[in-house]
Amino acid sequence: MSEAPRYHVPHSSPWPIVGSCALFVTAFGAVNFIHQTSEKIGAEGSFGKPIFYTGLAMIAFMFFGWFGTVIRESIRGMNSGLLDRSYRMSMAWFILSEVMFFAVFFGALFYARIISVPWLAGAGTNLETHLLLWPDFAETWPLFMTPSGDATQAMEAWGLPFINTVILVTSSVTVTFAHWALKKNQRILLGAWLGLTVALGATFLTLQVVEYIHAYTELGLSLGAGIYGSTFFMLTGFHGAHVTMGTIMLTVMLCRVLTGHFTSDNHFAFEATSWYWHFVDVIWLFLFTFVYWF
Amino acid sequence: MVARAEDVIPQRSALWAFITRWLLTTNHKDIGTLYLWLSFTLFFTAGAMAMAMRLELFEPGLQFIEPLFYNQMLTMHGLLMVFGVVMPGFVGLANWQIPLMIGAPDMALPRLNNFSFWILPFAFGLLISSLFMDGGAPNFGWTFYAPLSTTYGPPSTDFFILGVHMMGISSVLGAINIIVTIFNLRTPSMKLMDMPLFVWTWLITAFLLIMVMPVLAGAVTMMLTDRHFGTSFFSAAGGGDPLMFQHIFWFFGHPEVYILILPGFGIASQIIPTFARKKLFGYHSMVYATAAIAGLSFVVWGHHMFATGMPLATELFFMYATMLIAVPTGVKVFNWVATMWRGSMTFETPMLFAIGFVILFTIGGFSGLMLALVPADFQYHDTMFVVAHFHYVLYPGAIFGTMAAVYYWIPKWTGHMYDERLGKIHFWMAVIAVNLTFFPMHFTGLAGMPRRIVDYSLQFADFNMVSSIGAGILGLSQVLFLYIVVKTIRGGEKATTQVWEGADGLEWTVPSPAPRHTFETPPEFPPVMNRDADERTPVSTT
Repeated sequence: MSEAPRYHVPHSSPWPIVGSCALFVTAFGAVNFIHQTSEKIGAEGSFGKPIFYTGLAMIAFMFFGWFGTVIRESIRGMNSGLLDRSYRMSMAWFILSEVMFFAVFFGALFYARIISVPWLAGAGTNLETHLLLWPDFAETWPLFMTPSGDATQAMEAWGLPFINTVILVTSSVTVTFAHWALKKNQRILLGAWLGLTVALGATFLTLQVVEYIHAYTELGLSLGAGIYGSTFFMLTGFHGAHVTMGTIMLTVMLCRVLTGHFTSDNHFAFEATSWYWHFVDVIWLFLFTFVYWF
Repeated sequence: MVARAEDVIPQRSALWAFITRWLLTTNHKDIGTLYLWLSFTLFFTAGAMAMAMRLELFEPGLQFIEPLFYNQMLTMHGLLMVFGVVMPGFVGLANWQIPLMIGAPDMALPRLNNFSFWILPFAFGLLISSLFMDGGAPNFGWTFYAPLSTTYGPPSTDFFILGVHMMGISSVLGAINIIVTIFNLRTPSMKLMDMPLFVWTWLITAFLLIMVMPVLAGAVTMMLTDRHFGTSFFSAAGGGDPLMFQHIFWFFGHPEVYILILPGFGIASQIIPTFARKKLFGYHSMVYATAAIAGLSFVVWGHHMFATGMPLATELFFMYATMLIAVPTGVKVFNWVATMWRGSMTFETPMLFAIGFVILFTIGGFSGLMLALVPADFQYHDTMFVVAHFHYVLYPGAIFGTMAAVYYWIPKWTGHMYDERLGKIHFWMAVIAVNLTFFPMHFTGLAGMPRRIVDYSLQFADFNMVSSIGAGILGLSQVLFLYIVVKTIRGGEKATTQVWEGADGLEWTVPSPAPRHTFETPPEFPPVMNRDADERTPVSTT
């Protein structure tokens, strides 16, 4: 063949079915794991935990295999500009779906703050609900005392969370510097900026763990501490999970940069990672504003 | 010994080749076929559950099944029909047809396409296995309202939750693939406003999927943490609200019902012009109407909750926004009718199903308008009238749409014409039975028969018996459909390239059956349709 194929359609691939099995094993294991540990069901004797971890390992195996194949194809020059555009579009739409996932939890936060907590305290036409159910309940946000009497303290915004904001915004800048360096083919600078970004991501996660320990041990702020704790931990938790994912992706990119992958005009994986990183950064800014600050 | 080994090995390798072909395939036609068969299999599974319910409702009193089992049948029927039948059915059609209709070599991300499909059998395996667990399958209805699903849900609810997560991953990845294929792999000479309407409606459907499947994932995640990790999203004692579940669910749920119908609109818009031998009337308005319906679908979710507690102003907003949807939907119905107006119509089976779609879907649309009225909805809410409404839009809407598409395109897929006589019998059986089954529910509902209850008051006995008889005939008619499909695959009159005299579009320029790989180089658009063509040189047979 004299010219490259117009659009690379792989003939068959084992990785999707590996991935499907992996998802199934993970899901099946997760439920059994939860059932083993949950007081509500207490199903003893199922092997939930090992099955769940096996599933996760299978997912990691799938990613290695699948992305490895794609990388090898790219290096062999089997990818066209058109395929590159497919990848870009897919990543953008995928990020939109992630935005919507966070939107639900923000929706729950706003619903609690604007509707359910005031209503329980008798706002609008809900005086009777208030008097009949929990006449002593008073509206505050953060919700220091739930209707059923669980108490918690609020997380202060201008301590660790603010430091984390600075760290994450800085890391968004450094990843952009790394991208500029890659485009100008300055490999040393690229490695340095990317390494710094990974370090900032890891620092963010460490501080997040410190914050969680502080919340649980000193503030009485936990998942079970009413709707404030629920929204706080679910939002920051899912964000943290995404930062973890992003840091892993950045680390992979760093390893690939050190192995000599990517050229100044062919580095989709790097760009996708940086888009993802900017996305978790923007989500954090919303989190900082609505979960911690106001 | 040697001879025997030689006997065995080819057999084993043939089986192995069969398994690996379907497990590892990246071909959009193979994956489309897989989706369609999955959808068909679950159609009979969920249909059997409906039969169990109609059997129990044949007479007042408890005859055959326990109330708890009835609730499980009800829940699984709804979940499987929505997520396992209509959605995979449409995705299967999209897989087969979109690359053929836009002149693409395959889907944009063929491996991801395989992944999207093969998640589903596992997800539905997880869901269906809950029927055999201690405490039974989920029994709270397909809407899984909290606290029925959180505080009171059976242990299997958690398998249901993870199953929904897997379906969500599959749907989002599939939707991304479809959008990228349409935007990126369209043949360059086809502009966006040249695209066939099936492609347009699927583009908009895929957008809706990307927007709302993550919302569903969030909702079930909150359920899971409420159930096991002490969160209070849906618990007033912790400052949350069970009503919030309904808001989140229907924010997903209303766009979801358009996901279940928009590709059907696209199918009707392909078939009616072919058999009316006229161009589609008002192509542009069809596209804009579809987009308008999709946009409005995000701001009408409250109409599912009129009776469950909302401020008056909110109810009024949702009422007016909902009624606004009648405008673009009306545009579509008028356009279909105007396309048929003074056309040279013939009534092959796909056309029959498409006309059945237009008429019966419109009835479902009208009962939807009735339900949109806040004061009237207080009477209709949670009655069989609602069941009648959404079965009118889903059965003669989504399901007839899918069947019309299968009859329309199966000659292209298999290379054989289906049996026209049997097809017509299937249509008339189905269309009579569907009305027999669901029309009486309007009356029982208006008279106050609640939905989702295993037993009913004596005055509803006659209408329920009619419904049950209708349901039996409807079930049989689909067995006939299965027979017709299998018969067409195995043989039949050879289909020409163009298949239908009035057909227009790129998919009718490839041979029947479509070769494994098509449009490896982008075709010219618009294609020159050969009105009396019989056979042309095959494009590619590799």
